[in-house]
Amino acid sequence: MAERFESVEAVQQALRRVDYLADQSTAGVVFLADRLEKPVLVEGPAGVGKTELAKAIAATTGARLIRLQCYEGLDESKALYEWNYKKQLLRIQADREHERDWETVESDIFSEAFLLTRPLLEAIRADEPVVLLIDEVDRVEIETEALLLEVLSDFQVSVPELGTMTAVRRPIVVLTSNNTRELSEALKRRCLFLHLDYPDAEREQEIVRVRVPEIDATLADQIARVVRSIRQLDLKKAPSISETIDWARTLLHLGVEKITPDVVGGTLHVLLKYQRDIERANKELKVAEA
Amino acid sequence: MNTVEVPAPGKMLDLLSGFVHELRAAGLPVSMTENLDAMRALEYVPLGDRSAFKTALSTTLVKHADHQKVFNILFDVYFALQPFDLYGDDEDGADGRGGGVPVPGTMPGGGAGGEASQEELAAMLMRAVLDPDALRRFAAAAVTRHAGMEPGRPVGGTYYLYRTLRALDLDSLLDRLMQQLVRERMEAGRGPFADELEERLAREELSARIQRLREEVEAEIRRRLVVDRGPEAMARSLRAKLPEDVEFMHASREEMAALQRAIGPLARALAARLAMRRRRHHRGQLDFRSTVRHSLAYGGVPADPRFRRPHPTKPEIMVVADISGSVASFARFTLQLVHALASQFSRVRSFVFIDGIDEVTRFFEGNADLGDAVKRINTEADVVWVDGHSDYGHAFEVFHQKWGNDVNPKTSVIILGDARNNYHATQSWVLAELRKKARHLYWIDPEPSAYWNTGDSVIGDYAKFCDGVYECRNLRQLERFVEAVIES
Repeated sequence: MAERFESVEAVQQALRRVDYLADQSTAGVVFLADRLEKPVLVEGPAGVGKTELAKAIAATTGARLIRLQCYEGLDESKALYEWNYKKQLLRIQADREHERDWETVESDIFSEAFLLTRPLLEAIRADEPVVLLIDEVDRVEIETEALLLEVLSDFQVSVPELGTMTAVRRPIVVLTSNNTRELSEALKRRCLFLHLDYPDAEREQEIVRVRVPEIDATLADQIARVVRSIRQLDLKKAPSISETIDWARTLLHLGVEKITPDVVGGTLHVLLKYQRDIERANKELKVAEA
Repeated sequence: MNTVEVPAPGKMLDLLSGFVHELRAAGLPVSMTENLDAMRALEYVPLGDRSAFKTALSTTLVKHADHQKVFNILFDVYFALQPFDLYGDDEDGADGRGGGVPVPGTMPGGGAGGEASQEELAAMLMRAVLDPDALRRFAAAAVTRHAGMEPGRPVGGTYYLYRTLRALDLDSLLDRLMQQLVRERMEAGRGPFADELEERLAREELSARIQRLREEVEAEIRRRLVVDRGPEAMARSLRAKLPEDVEFMHASREEMAALQRAIGPLARALAARLAMRRRRHHRGQLDFRSTVRHSLAYGGVPADPRFRRPHPTKPEIMVVADISGSVASFARFTLQLVHALASQFSRVRSFVFIDGIDEVTRFFEGNADLGDAVKRINTEADVVWVDGHSDYGHAFEVFHQKWGNDVNPKTSVIILGDARNNYHATQSWVLAELRKKARHLYWIDPEPSAYWNTGDSVIGDYAKFCDGVYECRNLRQLERFVEAVIES
């Protein structure tokens, strides 16, 4: 069994080395995913670091990240594999002169040379360590989810012409979901579940300081608290962690030392992307509009 | 780090299966495989590490964010920490004093005579609220002093919670703490808050901590009840608390907030589901003419059947909602849900009534915020005719007079209310008229069906004229109803 991490603390430290601050439960789930060899389903609002988590795991274990971006209409030829049918045609035409029987031709054109691997199959067949990221899995139709089940539970892919391919070494699999629809029970059953939410002010302050090392501690604290305050408003889209980091960078470039209502009012558009949200935040926080 | 006592393996299995059983009883779908996964996961965590232990169970057993809270409560019940300072001063109490956190009334002999003044109490709370470690200790002491818990006393946890919170007076605590903060700032020579933003941030910080104190008090009471009654009995009394199962008419303030948060995502998910189904459903009736024309290419054999493009009829909805006190929150949620789904209907019109009736569609129009719209309904809608007690009969009569002609065969009329008519005339003929004109006439009632037609509920008189009367006590039922209406 490939044991990538010693303990929960080791996970936390390893992720920290690549600037990802995981809380106890995130680290705990990653540790169990490694030990139980089960995929992790990460769910939560946009911009809390779900995709980032997969990237951080890949970076810290020195694994290759294979990413399957899901969208409505994703099918097996884009997720699993596809036969390179142009090449097959060419081969058949080239074969005409040799007058070979059909069986030979068939076994020839349905061989690995004509197989186009897509992310899922690629992750299964990789002999180096990989992290498979299945991003925004809630975007595919419920029927397409079934495509994933074989990979997720047995780490294998069946290609009728070639047989079943099993993972050489089981990859760490991370699925992310924005929860726009309920995922099927079958999928959830095969995964460990991790709900990521916006971090509390203390952790967000830490994140800001790790990602923007030049920033002053008190300013980072103020930033985290203002962001928390804004997130409590009823907004169309609450600021994500990456937007908090952007905001911190902006303030740094502007040479701001202390956050005042004027500063917030002038830079709110970095945090909020809808006019209605900006207006609401202006009104609620009583900051001066730019 | 908090530790749990490590039970013998056999006992652990019993405990775990009891726990899983309780999760299922609370409505969480825990499958056999998930149960096995949980056991496997436990092999890899040191059982003494409580947070790792909890993570292992939660990640394998809970697959829905909304279920996390129920899990947390049941986890605390089954794998309880030792309650603090149980029924008197033991070593924990001594520890409490040793830690330098003064706690009201736990000093020996401090009983009735040692009543702390409001200022002293606020000062102690302030210190406890600012120091997370002290929080639990303070909560434990507060429960000991104020809840008046006695072993074996057959009252619910909410009773003790109420008593403790009333004594602590958390509602006014925030203001008191804010005043104190300002005082301290003045003494430190920093002056009052520079601006409203700073004040707001300080206020939010404090209220987050007060919330933590409240939760800690709740947890402490639970811990003591578990010791008193055992986990099974305790878990039973905590059942049925998933947000979608909370009854509209009996929701606490906190549950209301949870419902409010749930309604947006629910509407989005429902809309996505319906839109997807509509798109998938792309085959209409057989287009005979086109099939025959295309059959010519195959020598008259209809090998390529053609279908008409379906015209998904989007229903037009009229919601008529009773917003008198008893059912106000139910009406609010339903109106929000229906308007959040506006894209699924060709038109939505809303009417609210108590004894008078008023159209409120305008509040929801354009890009209006649903929360604002509901607030405006409460303040601006003209719904009181005589005395502000529900009068369904009069409201229906006026509805028929003013808007009866707008009801047409495309319209589905949905009436919301408990039909508690305060013994006024029912005027049920209006519903008979409406049913003749409308496509469908539904009634949804937030009361349990067992209470229908008792007291002043006259739902039976109205039900005769409806296409269906549905019980909608919680979000789950409401969601199912809305989906059914759109499909019909």
